[in-house]
Amino acid sequence: MARVSLTAVKKSYGKTVVIDDLTLAIEDGELIVIVGPSGCGKSTLLRMIAGLETITAGTVVIADRVVNNLEPRERDIAMVFQNYALYPHMTVFANMAYSLKIAGLDKGEIAKRIETTARLLELESFLKRKPRQLSGGQRQRVAMGRAIVRNPAVFLFDEPLSNLDARLRVQMRMEIKTLQRKLGATLLYVTHDQVEAMTLADRMVVMNNGIVEQVGTPLEVYHNPATTFVAGFIGSPPMNFLDLNNHNIVPVPVKASLVGIRPEHLRFCPLGTGLCDAEVAFFEELGAETLVHLRSQNGEKYILRLESATTPPALATSVGLTAADKYRFFFDNNGKRLKSEDAPPSP
Amino acid sequence: MTGMVEKKGWGLWLTHVGLLAGIIIICYPLYIALIASTVTQADLVTPPMPLLPGGHFLENYRAALFSGMSTPVWKMMANSLVMALGITIGKISISLISAYAIVYFRFPLRSFFFWLIFLTLMLPVEVRIVPTYEVVAGMHLLNSYSGLILPLVASATATFLFRQLFMTIPDELVEAARVDGAGPIRFFFDILLPLSRTNIAALFVILFIYGWNQYLWPLLITTDPVMNTIVMGIKQMLPSGDQTVEWPVIMATAILAMVPPVAVVIGMRNLFVKGLIESEK
Repeated sequence: MARVSLTAVKKSYGKTVVIDDLTLAIEDGELIVIVGPSGCGKSTLLRMIAGLETITAGTVVIADRVVNNLEPRERDIAMVFQNYALYPHMTVFANMAYSLKIAGLDKGEIAKRIETTARLLELESFLKRKPRQLSGGQRQRVAMGRAIVRNPAVFLFDEPLSNLDARLRVQMRMEIKTLQRKLGATLLYVTHDQVEAMTLADRMVVMNNGIVEQVGTPLEVYHNPATTFVAGFIGSPPMNFLDLNNHNIVPVPVKASLVGIRPEHLRFCPLGTGLCDAEVAFFEELGAETLVHLRSQNGEKYILRLESATTPPALATSVGLTAADKYRFFFDNNGKRLKSEDAPPSP
Repeated sequence: MTGMVEKKGWGLWLTHVGLLAGIIIICYPLYIALIASTVTQADLVTPPMPLLPGGHFLENYRAALFSGMSTPVWKMMANSLVMALGITIGKISISLISAYAIVYFRFPLRSFFFWLIFLTLMLPVEVRIVPTYEVVAGMHLLNSYSGLILPLVASATATFLFRQLFMTIPDELVEAARVDGAGPIRFFFDILLPLSRTNIAALFVILFIYGWNQYLWPLLITTDPVMNTIVMGIKQMLPSGDQTVEWPVIMATAILAMVPPVAVVIGMRNLFVKGLIESEK
């Protein structure tokens, strides 16, 4: 269990900068999810903490120790890989025992630790099997077991659930969360799946193009997105954006150029009375809710979320759209969120 | 096996007749050699040639094994075994190590060395035999096991095979081992070697037969009959002058020379099959 802090960390391959000036402090026992689209540098960041990638500039501190020039094995970390990376020729027991054997623990201690971990992960009956005789979910568990037996300061998970089917993924998500609480471990978890990030994280780090866009608890990030990228990336379906040049909306902060509204906050209103008018394009009926896709005259697309009990307007009809003032998020033309303080007093 | 088309009626018979004909054509000379090794010289040279086993099996084989013509066959077989095993083990070890270096380590002139190894493919023993002889003679290795083995040990083919194999091993496995604390040597012995097991077995069979069947090189560098290998020894058994040719003994020697390679193939067969099933990485 330990704190991790990154200060002005930078990674570049030649002239290509992958991660630029990243600073982040992770508390003891925190579950941090690093989320972002593919190619945003999130995996690279994790691998830099693990010691599998060199650090171009800045410092990485794990448990009050600068680890920049330490080998992975000296950093007191354990990693779970996307494809599990189990040793195919070793039994589950040997897979879990390998790092302990290298560390020079005696056999009794190794057996004891593996027994405890196997019980925790319900792997007792698989210890003598080889990885290929296990299902995806079981392999996943073994990969976690291999990390847990080492009792490291920090756990690093690199998209560990993306090879599992949807149902198993939801189940394993809960298990990871419970496990992390039980162990009180510091855990860094990389994913591209924003739902996974929302459900797992104590705090999430939203990354884009090698830059941290926002750090915060899932609800903080959801209710208070700092940039248009975060607003569009977190939440499904994504936030609707209305270009203020095309719509006459008051009151509006001084430098605002975009207004964002979440699909669940968008409401129907009579034509011409709302923020904009649009035509109903099609419905996505998901059972508990219906997503209404709309298109405005100038080509902007909006999604509105309706409880299924509500009857939506007919296809191809034109409707007005509006949202309460407190649900309007304003952004400047750099994509930065404008706080309500910037707004002029309403007349 | 599912998905295979099962032939019925005439097709089936025809296939079997074809296969049997092939087997007979291949096995007939072997059968003749086997028969010839069980009769006396007198029986063999009086026409018609016997086609059924005679009663001198033990006698002929004992003569071959323990007296031979100039060197007893057991001695030549021992020489062959040492040479074949030496070549096989040497080739596999060196190829494993060089493939490991080429795939996993960054060092100056890496691709240069890679192409250098590649180039040796174009220079088989027969092509470079005179300079190799010169070198071996200069090192006073004529008539020695080292002289028989060393020039044949370097192998570009095996290095390539292991290189291809190592490149299919996922990077994550290497990284997992690094995180687990395995250094380069540990990784080699604990992960890479066990994963190459079936490939090593396959190469062992191929290279053992290659080593065992070496003819030209031993012929050149072993002038002392005590160092003769069996494959060249058979040839040496044919007298050059007017002496009678002891065909039954020579045939017995030929049959004996075939036994070790066959034994290796049969002995390693299970690992082959296992290797095909266990291909998952």
